[in-house]
Amino acid sequence: MSATRAAAPPADGAVDPATPPDLPRRRGNTLLRHLAVVAVAGLVLVGMSYALEPFRNFQLATVAAYLCATAGLTVLTGLNGQLSLGHGALMATGAYTVAFCQTAFSDRGVTGLWLLPVSLVAAVAATVAVGAVVGVAAARLRGPYLAGVTLAVAVVVPALTVTFDGVFNGEQGLSVPVEPPPLALGPYFPYERWQLWVAGAATLLALLLLANLVRSRYGRMFRAVRDDEVAARLAGIHVARTQVIAFVVSAATAGLGGALLAVLAQSVSPGAFSLTLSLFLLMAVVIGGLGRLAGAVWGAVLLVALPDLSHALTEQLTLSPAAAQRLEGNLPLAIFGITLIVVMLVAPGGVQGLLSRLGRAVSARWRARRS
Amino acid sequence: MHRTARRGLAIASTIALLIGAAACSGDGGSTSGRGSVPGVTDTEILVGTHMPLTGPASAGYSKIAPATKAYFDYVNANGGVHGRKITYEIMDDGYNPANTQQVVRQLVLQDKVFAILNGLGTPTHTGVLDFLKTNRVPDLFVASGSRSWDQPDKYPGTFGFNPDYTVEGKILANHVKTAMPGRKVCFLGQDDDFGRDSLAGVEKVLGADGVAVKQTYVTSNTNVAPQIGAFKAAGCQVVVLATVPGFTALSIGTAARLGFRPQWMVSNVGADHPTLAKQLGEAAPLLEGMIGANYLPMQNDKANPWIQLYTRINKEYNGDAPFDGNTVYGMSVGYLFVQALLAAGKDLTRESVIEAVNKGGFQGPGLAPLRFSKTDHSGYGGERLTTVTGGVQNYFGPAYETDEADAPVAEYTAAPVQPPANGIPTVS
Amino acid sequence: MDRFVFLTLDGLSRGAVYAAFALALVLIWRAARVVNFAQGAMAVAAAYVAYSVSAATGSYWLGFLAALAAGLLFGAVVDRVVMRYVDHASPLNPVIVALGLVLLIQAVLGMVYGSEFRPAGTPFSREGFTVGGLALLSPYDLFVFAAVAVVVSALAWIFARTAVGLRMRAAAFAPEVSRLLGVNVGGMLTLGWALASGVGALAAMLVIPTELGLHPHAMDLVFVSAFTAAVVGGLDSPPGAVVGGLVVGLVLSYVSGYAGSDLTPLAVLVLLLAVLLVRPGGLFAPVAARRV
Repeated sequence: MSATRAAAPPADGAVDPATPPDLPRRRGNTLLRHLAVVAVAGLVLVGMSYALEPFRNFQLATVAAYLCATAGLTVLTGLNGQLSLGHGALMATGAYTVAFCQTAFSDRGVTGLWLLPVSLVAAVAATVAVGAVVGVAAARLRGPYLAGVTLAVAVVVPALTVTFDGVFNGEQGLSVPVEPPPLALGPYFPYERWQLWVAGAATLLALLLLANLVRSRYGRMFRAVRDDEVAARLAGIHVARTQVIAFVVSAATAGLGGALLAVLAQSVSPGAFSLTLSLFLLMAVVIGGLGRLAGAVWGAVLLVALPDLSHALTEQLTLSPAAAQRLEGNLPLAIFGITLIVVMLVAPGGVQGLLSRLGRAVSARWRARRS
Repeated sequence: MHRTARRGLAIASTIALLIGAAACSGDGGSTSGRGSVPGVTDTEILVGTHMPLTGPASAGYSKIAPATKAYFDYVNANGGVHGRKITYEIMDDGYNPANTQQVVRQLVLQDKVFAILNGLGTPTHTGVLDFLKTNRVPDLFVASGSRSWDQPDKYPGTFGFNPDYTVEGKILANHVKTAMPGRKVCFLGQDDDFGRDSLAGVEKVLGADGVAVKQTYVTSNTNVAPQIGAFKAAGCQVVVLATVPGFTALSIGTAARLGFRPQWMVSNVGADHPTLAKQLGEAAPLLEGMIGANYLPMQNDKANPWIQLYTRINKEYNGDAPFDGNTVYGMSVGYLFVQALLAAGKDLTRESVIEAVNKGGFQGPGLAPLRFSKTDHSGYGGERLTTVTGGVQNYFGPAYETDEADAPVAEYTAAPVQPPANGIPTVS
Repeated sequence: MDRFVFLTLDGLSRGAVYAAFALALVLIWRAARVVNFAQGAMAVAAAYVAYSVSAATGSYWLGFLAALAAGLLFGAVVDRVVMRYVDHASPLNPVIVALGLVLLIQAVLGMVYGSEFRPAGTPFSREGFTVGGLALLSPYDLFVFAAVAVVVSALAWIFARTAVGLRMRAAAFAPEVSRLLGVNVGGMLTLGWALASGVGALAAMLVIPTELGLHPHAMDLVFVSAFTAAVVGGLDSPPGAVVGGLVVGLVLSYVSGYAGSDLTPLAVLVLLLAVLLVRPGGLFAPVAARRV
């Protein structure tokens, strides 16, 4: 019975590309290869930041921010098998920390390019602390019980901002003073392009670290604990410690994601980090493809693109005002809901699962033709 | 297939998707050149808003923007403003500040709207103030009574619409002080700036110890029995409610359940009788005698020429949607916006419309004065009290005006203006 | 003292509803190992059916019966049309499908009925009997207690005493063996879903009139409380769900009465942690959960 586990590998996970048996013909150093991928991605991002108009730049920056959180959730749920409904709350922790730091700097009149990285690091540190506390509790719990606690965390953190409104300013939230792009980039440098650069750089760095972690001994321990706790313990793995580490890593990236969102929005308020966000993050990683960092990319893209696309779709329909009022807003949600259900029924491996299957089929045919 | 290649494929297809999306949207990322005003052509003015159309907060509010749009359609059918038709783009943010960030940027950066009109909600709109300021987008007539919109030095392009919650608290408390002296007054407020500012107003008039029991509620907990029980135990005679409609109905219903019937004094936010009666259903008679406050014509006042105008527009341009306070509100916002556009003149720019609102002097459906000036960006500066008798909500007594500071609550005596014959304001 | 009595009774009448809703979650968990996140939305849909029927016929009770029937039907349909085809290899999959159902159901309700709050009637007065100046339970509260008590005893009876109940337990506990023994396992699963969803619909009918009114999101908060209750009690234990529901109801009432309503979410988290750190499988876990 799999009831003690939160998540098993996806159905077609027999060829999980990240598992060691799959890597006999790997060439070169993992770190170098990841560095190369990140460098290419960074160059592409810079190129795109010039090719795209400001709004698309902002959307892409938002994708980057969400990607931090979905990647962290992928590591936790997909690789370590712990289900979290509370990642929105961890993002809130990072977001508020950035708000406090940036406000403190700006109140004291401190300026400089180095401030933002300092604030982001502080945000990650704060979230790591919170994540460690939740993680220690989580390591004792399984499946729905873990879900229950993380769900409560997701509800509590936004509520705390209202309880202690002297500090957090309640529902209205705080503003996050962010400096304009450095003058060296020219006086008319578009702000959204700068935002994309900041968010993109931070996210690529986080992904680089995550990708290496996933390939390291820790990654193998994460998966071993997910697949069979008893076997993992027999193999000498400290299960509880591994789970806490996974939670802390995941919390750190979620905190970074939340911090980036706050920087992008230049404000932070509890309504943006509600339970709905936590649930949407989970849906995004599952649709993207659980257990693969590439799936997290799809999930993050989906979070940003889907509301936009379905709004565009609703606009195409010409309706009477009364019908339009009913459909407006509801139709996108219905489409999102149906998409979720259909994807889970037809392709439980998510988008990335589909793509890998497609890729395997293509390469198999190619090889067959060559021989 | 090699993992790196696969990841590359993922990234490449993401890029393709986004570039495709960007290509669909037309012109490249060049910033708007000098001379041309974003969202304004010789034939059109594009305006946007963010509203909760879905989600728990959408009840009632989802009707506002369609009503505003209906008013614009009416104006457009009659020739528009200086020959330009108004296109109103309504974006759903579900009352979620994160969505507001996205949709407002889409409106400003992508659709290049001329202005944001009547964006709804304190937490949602607070988050985009800085963005709108940086992009010099006029941010007109925000739909919330927070005092944040009135910061002309910090946000020169942002203007409020609703009377702020402190003004309202003062006016409600003033009535308690003059008409019900010596009664024990208690207060239930939402646990945010709405409740806080309102309580501040009440205490400005009644004194810091004038409120016997103060309770708060959060929208995430729909059981108010503990709070109402505390009022009953303390023997409160007057209860001031700074509540949204759902919680007004809930409080009054819960009190009846406990056999507690004080005099209710309800904020304009949560005092719309049709909304409350609908929610209470058979228990609607409990609303009898409830005192509320408002500053726009009462939706059931068939003799009021504004209501006659709005009803006609609602029938012709809004699919004859149910007519309530939100409809009146939405159309009044539309009327004020058309006034501002007219005052800005034929050469419409973002600067000229802000200057026009700063000049102020708008006369419209409101019962209280609009306070717009160079140094004051708050909206209506007063309210008139209402009460429910025989299941009908009516105004009584004079209209009052005051400010959020220490000005006294004074009667506002100017006679209400009539709408122009064709329902469209003229250049004053 | 008056205040304490008042808060206790108020908490119990809330808690009874949470208990019923938690019970519905436990039923599905036991039958299918799925935490049915869509239960709130399904129950709201049933309550809208009741609203339409009551509006058409003018009878509360016809609407009430229609809601129960609709609840049973929705449960069966969700199982037969959707859940049956979900790959259960990962317990996450059904959760995500359930979340998709939530979005779909709430959107459809929003399209059909709009997003306005609609009044939900009660068959009995909600004005409390006054004893010595203190308003105690109302006739409606008594109705809630009675309805929940009837449902709990009926379910206990079905599972403990009837052949169908035995088959349902067998199908959930050992599906392969049961199938060998001629039990219609699929049918039992569908029946489990229908029963659970029917109980959920009942809970919605009981709680919605005491809240803001009928709305596509009317059960969102109740779901969170009831899920907490089910987890506190132990998801495998029907008595646990009842006790958990009452405990959560009382905690919420005491905390908002004595400490302030903004602290209620924190109180719920503290309760959850306190219970689960001592008993990781909930108060009524049948065996001690495996320690790691």
